[in-house]
Amino acid sequence: MDIQRRPQYNQQVMSKEVLDFFSDIHAARKSHPALAAFSEKAIHDFRCLGIPPVKHEEWKYTHVSKLFRNDLLCHAGTPKLSPSDIDPYRLPGHDTASELVFVNGVYDQTLSILRHREEDVEILPLWKAAEGPHAEFISKNLGHSASYHPDGINALNGAFASDGVFIMAKKGKSIVQPVYIYHVADSRNGFVFLQPRVLVHVEAAAQLQIAEQYISLGGNESFTNEVFELVAGQDAVVDYYKIQDEGRLANHVGTTHIRQTGKCLTNAVTITLSGALIRNNLNMIMEAEHGESHLYGLYLLNDRTHADNHTIVDNMQPHCFSNELYKGVMDDESEGVFNGKIFVRKDAQKTNAYQTNKNILVGAKSSAYTKPQLEIFADDVKCSHGCTIGQLDDEALFYLRARGISEKNAKSLLLHAFAVDILKNIKPEPLRRHVDRLISNRLEFNF
Amino acid sequence: MYEENDDILGQVTTSEYKYGFVTDIESEDAPKGLNEDTVRYISAKKNEPAWLLEWRLKSFRHWQTMEEPTWPNVKYPPIDYQDIIYYSAPKQKIAPNSLDEIDPELRKTFEKLGISLQEQKRLTGVAVDAVVDSVSIATTFKEELAELGIIFCSMSDAVHEHPELIKKYLGAVVPPTDNYFTALNSAVFSDGSFCYIPVGVRCPMELSTYFRINAANTGQFERTLIVAEAGSYVSYLEGCTAPMRDENQLHAAVVEIMAMEKAEVKYSTVQNWYPGDKEGKGGIYNFVTKRGICQGAHSKISWTQVETGSSITWKYPSVILKGDHSVGEFYSVAVTNNYQQADTGTKMIHIGKNTKSRIVSKGISAGRSNNSYRGLVQVGRNAGNARNFSQCDSLLLGDKCGAHTFPYIEVKNNTGIVEHEATTSKIGEDQIFYCNQRGIDTEAAVAMIVNGFAKEVMNQLPMEFAVEAQKLLAISLEGSVG
Repeated sequence: MDIQRRPQYNQQVMSKEVLDFFSDIHAARKSHPALAAFSEKAIHDFRCLGIPPVKHEEWKYTHVSKLFRNDLLCHAGTPKLSPSDIDPYRLPGHDTASELVFVNGVYDQTLSILRHREEDVEILPLWKAAEGPHAEFISKNLGHSASYHPDGINALNGAFASDGVFIMAKKGKSIVQPVYIYHVADSRNGFVFLQPRVLVHVEAAAQLQIAEQYISLGGNESFTNEVFELVAGQDAVVDYYKIQDEGRLANHVGTTHIRQTGKCLTNAVTITLSGALIRNNLNMIMEAEHGESHLYGLYLLNDRTHADNHTIVDNMQPHCFSNELYKGVMDDESEGVFNGKIFVRKDAQKTNAYQTNKNILVGAKSSAYTKPQLEIFADDVKCSHGCTIGQLDDEALFYLRARGISEKNAKSLLLHAFAVDILKNIKPEPLRRHVDRLISNRLEFNF
Repeated sequence: MYEENDDILGQVTTSEYKYGFVTDIESEDAPKGLNEDTVRYISAKKNEPAWLLEWRLKSFRHWQTMEEPTWPNVKYPPIDYQDIIYYSAPKQKIAPNSLDEIDPELRKTFEKLGISLQEQKRLTGVAVDAVVDSVSIATTFKEELAELGIIFCSMSDAVHEHPELIKKYLGAVVPPTDNYFTALNSAVFSDGSFCYIPVGVRCPMELSTYFRINAANTGQFERTLIVAEAGSYVSYLEGCTAPMRDENQLHAAVVEIMAMEKAEVKYSTVQNWYPGDKEGKGGIYNFVTKRGICQGAHSKISWTQVETGSSITWKYPSVILKGDHSVGEFYSVAVTNNYQQADTGTKMIHIGKNTKSRIVSKGISAGRSNNSYRGLVQVGRNAGNARNFSQCDSLLLGDKCGAHTFPYIEVKNNTGIVEHEATTSKIGEDQIFYCNQRGIDTEAAVAMIVNGFAKEVMNQLPMEFAVEAQKLLAISLEGSVG
């Protein structure tokens, strides 16, 4: 069985100059001793793997190598921000949530506000957690995504892991207030490169909601290379939301790696509204029997945004259920890419796995690339995938026009309805309303 | 339905690979190995004009610069291209002028295979070009077809008799540089069929080529070229078998179809190369490039394939929809059992306006086999109102086999509508129970359900083939239940 084909990047695709550039930064920015070995290995892996070349199958439509230049500013004197800089971007309901702030990829304790009781949720800088009682958990679980799927870009993030954060939802605690993570890209002084790292442990029977939001300050280019890893224990319930509404020059490569180590329920919703080049890897690794997962995604693109959603649902044990729905609307010259993989391993009998991808092409120069992929090694399964690429229904448009609704409004109304399928899976109401407002603004949907 | 299945089962239980015999016939072989001399040898054997030799050599030199593709989802030990005989021809004392002069041994072979080379057996209503190893030994109904202006002959004859057509169309759809195996084929192709349907002619009978690998250690590299002029129609069949041998044999063919304005070509394949034994030993490596181009407006190309044989299949019959309003279709049943591996599918390239394509692919895996569907639907920036529907279903029989789908969909036009759906499942216990309850034993029930599963594709086959294909399906899955 050969589920994970090893990537064979050619190191030559990246000039030695760029490799050295990152190695130098890594050397200069000393890792914390507790994570030194980890980051040492990561930079070594990065040097071996390099950056995926243009022809690499997994990066076929998303050419990232052009983003790795050596004029980017990595941690160049992390700027000092005041809480008021962030105020306009706070997510609704923030006054009861824990708000974690990353500035240019570095977890900023002074800006972050922890509102959870410590016996419910523990939040620590990653290096501190690695020193203390969580050392064992971290050594076992940090970097699981890199070993699952070796990837040079992921490895590069690992080299700077000590700037990250560790979140732990304690056993049996059903936590109502969400954890918000704000990633601020302050590009006021030039092209910035951010490498935030998050490791979450949701213990047995705990319940947690996490939302990530990305903020661009300044008009220069930025590049976020994030790795988010989550481990969910037996009977845990996890809701994860990723909201991307960044500046036009914000590039993003993110890996969200969710592991179910016991029977549990994990939901992930990814909303992509703007940016330059965006690549979201979402891995749902179902390692235990009777697991359940839901993956939802909406990409509502315009201008020249390129958004690429790569998802993996790996069913390793019997009796798992997964459902995936991704929807995209491409306007102007935007490009939407979807690649959904469903793996059903040899022993994973009685798996039910469903996947749907729907795209609407609006812009005359827009494109959609989709590759729903099934790899199945067990026979007693029910798996299906479907995808469509098309336009708005003429008859529905006519129906609305006949009732005196302008063409523009009619289109917005239909597109909004198209998006609602995803929206309704955002469970916290304030957050859902917030995203709805973002979408409505985009569609200029007003009645 | 009932009796039919019983009948199938009767044959199932007695037969394994029934075409696995070897015909003991003297053959004339090229020396083992591949170099420019081999290419020259083949060209000289066939008495080819200089331009074709040049074409071959150019392809060969290009091939040397290429690397074998590794992206298909199949695994096999590296092929030693120097350990293959690239040309093997059954020795015939004199060139046969009529079909009666064919070596009786050869004729017997084809009778055994159920292919009639005698024209009096008109019942079948199929014109056959029979290819053994590297050469075409007979083509039936040549004269009748010639009356209508249809050219149906072996490639080697075509090179001599219709050089202007060959020169114009050879490599026009699949250029030698297209991929590793087309370059190899272009360098060493030995024979194949050529078919030309003139303007406005509807070919009155099915045209067919039957490929047979007989000699050991040889590779078969044939080339088929079909040109359908404006307003013409042809239905073309292809069948193939090979003896059972312990070593793997390479088959790298190229099929090119050119359809002009309002022309329609229907190409059906029943591929039954030797699939290897139960331990996965032996069998044919089937690395084939098939492509058609709908050159003119309102033209149509339809591929239907039933893939049951070969230890490894690597094949993507494609259609380039260049003409406005052109239509491409692909119907496929791929069955793998034991250690077989299949990576097959199609490409539909929409270039013209208002083009349509339809893909129906059914994969059945049993034993320890792996079956992959790999397809591409591409709608270009200027391909307004393109329409595609794809469906690919997989059926798994047994818990050691695998089913994979890799559909690539690329749409660059905002008036195109593309749909894709796929399912994977096994035969339900309730379905089997329902049949058992009505006195149908499990094996017969499975055969019935599999036939039902594949019916949508089987219906596309010409009648003569449909029956054969249905039996094949059952045979390929024999012993996989339980």
